Amino acid sequence: MSDHAQDEDYRLEVRAWLAENAAEYAEPREFPEAELVARSKAWIRRKHEAGYSAIAEPVAAGGAGGTSRQAAIFEREEARYHTPTFTGVGIGFAMTMAAIKGHGTAQQYEHFGTLTHRGDITWCQLFSEPAAGSDLAGLRTRAVKDGDNWVVNGQKVWSSWAHHADWGILIARTDPTVAKHKGLTFFLVDMKSPGVEVRPIRQITGKSDFNETFLTDVVIPDANRIGAEGEGWACCMTVLATERGRTRSARAGGDRSGSVRSLVRQAAATPRQGGSALDSRAVRAKLARWYVREQGLKNFGKRLDEQARSGGGFPATVALVKLVSATLLQETHAFLMDLDEYAGAFSSDAADREEVFYQYLWSSAMRIAGGADEVLRNQLAERVLGMPGEMRADKGVPFNELPY
Amino acid sequence: MLRDQVQALCKEHVPPETLRELITANAPWQPELWRVMGELGLLGAAIPEACGGVGLTYRELAIINQELGRAVAPVPFFSSICMAAEAIRLAGTAEQQARWLPDLATGKRVATFAWAEPSTTLLERPLATTIEGDRVRGPKTPVPDASVADLCIVLADRGGEDCLAVVELDQDAVQRKPLHGFDELRQHGAIDFRRARCEVLEAASGSAFTAALFDEFATLLAFEQVGGAEAALFMARDYSLDRYIFGRRLGSYQAVKHKLADILTALELATANALHAADTLAKGGPDSRAAAAAARIGATEAYETAARENLQVHGGIGFTWEANCHFHYRRARLLALSLGSVEVWTDLLIDALADAANPSQAAA
Repeated sequence: MSDHAQDEDYRLEVRAWLAENAAEYAEPREFPEAELVARSKAWIRRKHEAGYSAIAEPVAAGGAGGTSRQAAIFEREEARYHTPTFTGVGIGFAMTMAAIKGHGTAQQYEHFGTLTHRGDITWCQLFSEPAAGSDLAGLRTRAVKDGDNWVVNGQKVWSSWAHHADWGILIARTDPTVAKHKGLTFFLVDMKSPGVEVRPIRQITGKSDFNETFLTDVVIPDANRIGAEGEGWACCMTVLATERGRTRSARAGGDRSGSVRSLVRQAAATPRQGGSALDSRAVRAKLARWYVREQGLKNFGKRLDEQARSGGGFPATVALVKLVSATLLQETHAFLMDLDEYAGAFSSDAADREEVFYQYLWSSAMRIAGGADEVLRNQLAERVLGMPGEMRADKGVPFNELPY
Repeated sequence: MLRDQVQALCKEHVPPETLRELITANAPWQPELWRVMGELGLLGAAIPEACGGVGLTYRELAIINQELGRAVAPVPFFSSICMAAEAIRLAGTAEQQARWLPDLATGKRVATFAWAEPSTTLLERPLATTIEGDRVRGPKTPVPDASVADLCIVLADRGGEDCLAVVELDQDAVQRKPLHGFDELRQHGAIDFRRARCEVLEAASGSAFTAALFDEFATLLAFEQVGGAEAALFMARDYSLDRYIFGRRLGSYQAVKHKLADILTALELATANALHAADTLAKGGPDSRAAAAAARIGATEAYETAARENLQVHGGIGFTWEANCHFHYRRARLLALSLGSVEVWTDLLIDALADAANPSQAAA
């Protein structure tokens, strides 16, 4: 049977399974946080039992031992539904697994892969600190060796959904006497360990998606170290590259709310003297440029996916995806408020402005999280165009001799 | 590979020194490169085998045009092959294709495509140029490569409908006048048809056909622009790595790095949009207009920005005749105007999106 015919068979099989198992998620639904987490795990478990969780990963690591084409087919078919998921799932399936696969042992991959792909545990990321964001390698959380264990002290921020995570991926300083990138080590930490305290951060949106995580004398067995001592920075790079790849299809166009097609529709439905807002040349010029960027991202993302699927991984140009999409989100949602003039700044029964407010506020975080705009521009210039790195005052200086 | 082949040819036949010589000599093109391209089958890439071509798709045309754009190659490829030959292929009967295409495929004859008129923009109607029987009458300007062309495909009005006709330019009823242009490496002219003999392409006509044809032209032109943008970006990058200023490389300054990162971003999105438009047009379908418009607008803005900022990064030397910045600085502007401005395509795009959102109104 040809590849194509096999793909089609698989697609039909997946479709039938989803029709039976995902029926309750045919329409979007809102769940309270705790229920969303529980449902997310239950959904992974159900997929796991049917052989649809981590389809392209080996069975020994809790996957289904299938192909990446099958995984892509399932992903596309599942996207027709609104199945429950939250940040902790992606951090586990994509970022944590990439770090363990790339830098850990086979045993670690099988153990944590199985727990994750079966829906037993979800993950959070313990990277940033109050004084280490874009300059992540300046982090101060210390891990000190104590026999077969490490003892960790420090403070992490921006840990998304850490209050619902079972495990965390952690980067800590294990040697302050060497240059800052060199003294870091990567760990897996059980969030139920004594000394782990998660406190929500109230954000600009009023919600609390992120947390501060305080680590006080937290004990981590050496068996949960990923990679060698001092290899932590390389692990982080693996995680961050995966994170950037995942944002690639964040805004895929189409006719969803916030898409340029929907903005065109809304502008056409917004009365202006003698016509609609879509008659305005200024409005048209903006919409056209956003459409070019939105479709550019979608088309660029397709090429990236093909490249990644054929085994090349994501090229360094992937950094432009978040750079463009975050600003696009900000500009288009400002526009949705502009359309209604003064009234656009206020809630209304007629329009779903709360969602617009939320997206506009959220876009400000998108431009910072996972690589700020300025950092991404540096990366594009350095890694794609081969331009020189920034002049640095901290180069080669042992961490404990750096000024704060 | 096709791409490498065209790059090598351009490097050999039209390096920047040659471009400067051509401008100084007021030469409208580089016929030697054209001859070689014909011999190698590059001109006939998308022309059917039955008509002396290679019979590939227009994705190959796109690649060739991208590479010619990179080199600012002074050959009438877009006029003769991307526009005229494609118009004959799509609007001509089998017999007409067999009559006109073989000489275009070998490069023996050069054709151009005349759509613009003194007082209309792309797709504005009525056209002043009209066809009655086998005669065409009216003014067409600007027409690219008018002085080197043997044939011209004319867009004209026949009984209130768009139609295309082939005109042999070497006849008394055709008057050609060169225009003094901004980019002398692609010369243009005004052509006045005074009841000139013509042969109407009978297989397709009408405004919907013209619109679809322009979608294809815009897509192919986007590749030329993307090629030029990439050349300008890397010219700027290379210069920024060579040049030292205040004790460090120019390219180590964040102001320069971020500028070039933004151009790279625009270029990658423009390239992705152009490739998508080529795929969409190959398949046909309702989204062709939006895809072509996105390709056209994205590529125009990417090339203009790249060309301007390339000169800027070069500083004072970028402003000189000896630096190669001006080729792109001029060409980017010319291509921005060559097939409807960004403003025109903005309207085409927004109207297409609005129609798709509200099909009943579109039909009305």
